[in-house]
Amino acid sequence: MTKKLNIIILSTVILVILLVMLFLSKQTQVKRSVEESMGMGSMQSSVSKNKNPAQKAQEGFGPNGEVKTKQSINPTAFLSTWNFNNLPPQERKKYYKETKRSDGTALREYWIYAADQEIEIAPGVFYPAWTYNGQVPGPTIRATEGDLVRIYFTNRGTKAHTIHSHGFHKASMDGSMPEDFVYPGKTFTYEFTAEPFGLHLNHCHSSPVKQHIGKGLYGAYIVDPRKDTRPKASRELVMVMNGFDTNFDGENEVYAVNTEAFSYVKHPIKVKKGERVRIYLINTLESDPLNSFHLHGNFFDEYKTGTKQDPNAFTDIVSFVQGERSILDVQFKFPGQYMFHAHQSEFTEKGWMGLFEVEE
Amino acid sequence: MKRRIYFYIGAPLISLVVFLFVFLKFGPLGLFQTTVVPLEDAFIQRVVFKPEQITVTVFNNGAEPVTIVQALINDAYWQFTMEPSRTLQPRERAVINMYYPWLSGDPQHISLLSRNGTTFDKEIEAAAITPQLQADYIQAFILLGLYVGVIPVLLGLMWLPLLKRLHEKWYGLLISLTVGLLIFLGVDALFEAFELIQEVPTALNGSGIFLIGFLLSILVLSAVSHKTEHLFDTDHEHTQALIWGYLIALGIGLHNLGEGLAIGSAYAIGAVALGSSLVIGFMLHNITEGIAIVAPLTKTIKNIRQDVHHVVLMGIIAGVPTIIGSLIGGFSYTTEFALLFLAIGAGAIFDVAFDIIHSIKKGSWLSLFKVTHVIGFLAGLFIMYLTGFFVTG
Repeated sequence: MTKKLNIIILSTVILVILLVMLFLSKQTQVKRSVEESMGMGSMQSSVSKNKNPAQKAQEGFGPNGEVKTKQSINPTAFLSTWNFNNLPPQERKKYYKETKRSDGTALREYWIYAADQEIEIAPGVFYPAWTYNGQVPGPTIRATEGDLVRIYFTNRGTKAHTIHSHGFHKASMDGSMPEDFVYPGKTFTYEFTAEPFGLHLNHCHSSPVKQHIGKGLYGAYIVDPRKDTRPKASRELVMVMNGFDTNFDGENEVYAVNTEAFSYVKHPIKVKKGERVRIYLINTLESDPLNSFHLHGNFFDEYKTGTKQDPNAFTDIVSFVQGERSILDVQFKFPGQYMFHAHQSEFTEKGWMGLFEVEE
Repeated sequence: MKRRIYFYIGAPLISLVVFLFVFLKFGPLGLFQTTVVPLEDAFIQRVVFKPEQITVTVFNNGAEPVTIVQALINDAYWQFTMEPSRTLQPRERAVINMYYPWLSGDPQHISLLSRNGTTFDKEIEAAAITPQLQADYIQAFILLGLYVGVIPVLLGLMWLPLLKRLHEKWYGLLISLTVGLLIFLGVDALFEAFELIQEVPTALNGSGIFLIGFLLSILVLSAVSHKTEHLFDTDHEHTQALIWGYLIALGIGLHNLGEGLAIGSAYAIGAVALGSSLVIGFMLHNITEGIAIVAPLTKTIKNIRQDVHHVVLMGIIAGVPTIIGSLIGGFSYTTEFALLFLAIGAGAIFDVAFDIIHSIKKGSWLSLFKVTHVIGFLAGLFIMYLTGFFVTG
């Protein structure tokens, strides 16, 4: 009796397994062939009923949310702020003083301090920056060729800092050697004549320099020619291309122009059709050997370093190593929105992009 | 008298509470506070690919809350939604969903940024549609389990008539062969478990999970065999052999559950292409498991037909968990559970292996090392090792 029972059990089990296998393999084959004919990833028929996920996926690019905290700089205001001209007169006096001199030039005095400051560099992302006057980029310094520039520098930070300005100056004003380091709580006065005319920059040159620049100690320094033969510009915009290595792994997580990722996408720069827009473009980007600027739908005159009054090129893209800069003159041909961004797509998609909104 | 007992219970507990209160209120907490921001520690546990869509499970492994503010996919900021909240408390999990035009077969780099700019990264070697709980995938995983687990074990069991016909002299060889197979499987499971410990969130203490699983199975199985020794007539060798068979089947079953989890999840995340050669490799490898189960039966079994239901049941106990494992692994894989099952399996395998060794021993321990035993044991190791080559697909 048990013998028979056992044989029945055994054969039933084997039969069931064979049937299950046969059934399943047939089913799976059918499904597979359907998948293949439908191409990549479209096996879930349920999704196709949804509201076009492909479109959602294409349009998903961009940061999450908005910058909510009060910024150290207003990116839009920063574009045309120099010599603290964004401050009311009383407030401005604390940081900038202009005195006429007998030879027609001016004495320009600046009060700049270094300080540690947390800044929001992308919506919700905070960076423990080192700053000039609490902002990144630092305040733009603008003088006319031949002016005397005097910077009263105080270090309120936690490490030794300096202000190393590009341009002609004596070795003692260079702010780069160990004897030039201004230690926390100390002060130093930099003095030099504004020359040559052109677009320059300043930055901290304390060691390690990569860290001191990467943390945010840099700014624009513009010297206007005393005899300006260039066509007159009706809009002037300061753009400092920078980036932030938020996890300190030697690569930037955030790229931007004037610090905040995607800022000028959310708040396009408004210009008028046909007006001459002059862009003071500086690259201070740390960790990447090259940065670039590309403008859509238009071309611009490039004045390399701004030290000659005739343009070097007529182009729509320029590439800079760190510290390299140019003045770009553009007249927008048509109304509408025109993108500008680094032509390293990675930088673009990590925040270095913006829009011009050209009005009639 | 009773009061005193309450006092003995209560006194240490109350003192602990009082001490903690005093410590938190007035204690030298300054000593333990640092000015350094505590490191945020979260990691991406699971990435699911749907058409034009990526779903990421992130786990907070640290002692501080972590807020995810931005996501980078392949070096581009991408918009996402996060459930239940963008801020993760310690040991909390959340699911991030984003629409992204990913390409099948391409590597995908996902990087989540916290408020402080810390990144939590995950590199997917080759993106592929993740199976959803759907009829066709359930079928696929059941088939996978059948091919990899059930069929090979049953094929292994079919050696029983042949093995039984061997002269009784060869029994020692066979049984030590089983021990060799089991030890190999056990060590294999141990190493797989050790590897998984690295992947389990540190907050969940992988080594603790391993230790508990491993010892739990050894102790429970030992207690069971201790009980059964008294229940059945200990002299009845056949009963003993059947119990071994079941124990071996159970241990192998648990091992196969872990293996199924690994195969299923690897298949699901596209880490392994289960080509036919790999499946054949698993079949050859796992046939040895069937042999391991039936070898102890060869000596005492009188009539195979009479006990065939036992043998089939053993095969099912050993093989079916592969199906369950691959289903679980395919649809909701967590390293914690895979680790637990592997640890339990390893414990069970070692328990039964040492049980058998104990029985072979007649008199002194040295009597174990008969030439036939040693050859059998080594043969077991070699068979496992060589069939293992087929599995490195």
